[in-house]
Amino acid sequence: MDNTIHTVTSPVMGTFYRSSAPDAPPLVEPGQPVKPEDIVCMIESMKIFTEIQCGRAGVVKKILVENEEPVMKNQALIEIETE
Amino acid sequence: MMRFKKILIANRGEIALRIIRTCREMGIHTVAVYSDADMDSLPVKQADEAIHIGPALSRKSYLNPDAVIAAARETGADAVHPGYGFLSESASFAQACHDNGLIFIGPSSRTIARAGDKSAARQTLIKLGIPVIPGSDGVIATPETACDAADQMGYPVILKAAGGGGGRGMRIARNQQDLLAAFSVASAEAGAAFGNPALYLEKYIEKPRHIEIQILGDHFGNYVHLGERECSIQMRYQKLIEEAPSSFVDDTLREQLGSAAIRIANAFEYTNAGTIEFLLDKDKHFYFMEVNARVQVEHPVTELVTGMDIVRKQINIAAGKKLGLDQADIPLNGWAMECRINASDPTDNFMPSPGEITSVVFPGGPGIRLDTHIHDRYMVTPFYDSLIGKLCVWAPDRAQAVRRMQRALDEFEITGIATTIDFYKRVFENKQFQDGNIDTHFLEQMDTL
Repeated sequence: MDNTIHTVTSPVMGTFYRSSAPDAPPLVEPGQPVKPEDIVCMIESMKIFTEIQCGRAGVVKKILVENEEPVMKNQALIEIETE
Repeated sequence: MMRFKKILIANRGEIALRIIRTCREMGIHTVAVYSDADMDSLPVKQADEAIHIGPALSRKSYLNPDAVIAAARETGADAVHPGYGFLSESASFAQACHDNGLIFIGPSSRTIARAGDKSAARQTLIKLGIPVIPGSDGVIATPETACDAADQMGYPVILKAAGGGGGRGMRIARNQQDLLAAFSVASAEAGAAFGNPALYLEKYIEKPRHIEIQILGDHFGNYVHLGERECSIQMRYQKLIEEAPSSFVDDTLREQLGSAAIRIANAFEYTNAGTIEFLLDKDKHFYFMEVNARVQVEHPVTELVTGMDIVRKQINIAAGKKLGLDQADIPLNGWAMECRINASDPTDNFMPSPGEITSVVFPGGPGIRLDTHIHDRYMVTPFYDSLIGKLCVWAPDRAQAVRRMQRALDEFEITGIATTIDFYKRVFENKQFQDGNIDTHFLEQMDTL
């Protein structure tokens, strides 16, 4: 059976962060199993931080954006391989 | 007294433009600083000089003290105006300016540090006899300790999470029975939300109003206050609408708040312009909240009712000029209101709405003041806060100010991004708001009033 890819996207234009605080470890790494409610990254827009939930269960396949990179609304951020 | 030849403005957006305007009227040269995101901004165009200080991210540009100081030295500025936000309340930045031979237009580094240490400030003012919100001095360990503390301060009381804010772990109790029941629930909620179940207890202020006093202090120990601003219209502790004066404050209360504010300023050896924030309960008892050691976003409403230019006063005070004002000289004339125009979407829980402004039509005519850095094709970037302008009106009385603001909001059109303009139209139509019957919970309850 083929696995399908679920893409986590940004709800708002902003800055992409892989961790929840500057000195904290990344929230997820490729290969890590995730649940739908897991926070996989943060987006900062206009000084407001939004926690981005994974949305689906699976395994983190690829992180598409570098830490602290600017992102557009609806831009793909993280690929999740779902079963 | 010194005479400044050149001032560097360590800020961006509308407040940078605001400061440049006064400097130009005073014949002082200006230096704007800018990040990658603000290269084409109005402050950069309006200043006599502009200097790049780093990438878009604030902490690499506007929040980077070394970059700002290097820019001031390179351009030969005499003084630095920090505006609000960014480095304006950084004691170490104020000190670094001083150490580099630059005048910091604001209070001393020592005053900023003392006013910024909230719990030490609270202790200082308790000793002075200034009312502060009664609260437990530390974490409350057991329901029994909570009851003892509540008996001392009087009900109602509010339990708050020590680990964080935002309403989670908060419970109001009106009697001992309530409090005993609330304690374990609040503690569990705080634990789940912040990983820390610790609670503290505060007296609960019913229907609180946020009222603040603008003060000015020179380097010779002279102080005046410029009356109050009412800032009760807030959303998640962010002010959205401000006015001066307050319909809640009469001459006697103004005199009490004003003299308390000056005593507080004195206690911190405060110089320059500053704001003392108070919370008032429904019976008009006031409690000190905090000192804002900088120019406030909402300073224009005070300027409109006093006819004074607060930024000019800041510059003159920093240059060592005496205030030369007696309290009796301060006129309070008419009524002023301000709406903060934010790039956020009231229909989507006030989510940020950065993007390009495709077109804008500004309000104008009698009694309108608009402080903004936006224009047609302006790109509102996601890197800084969402304030894109301040729409202010002046009128002889509050009812006329309300009508004038409604008229100005109707004229104001911004297309391309979501803004708070239409939301304010609803607020100004609300009967309770029109009657001045407001408190800091007004917006949460607006649609049911």
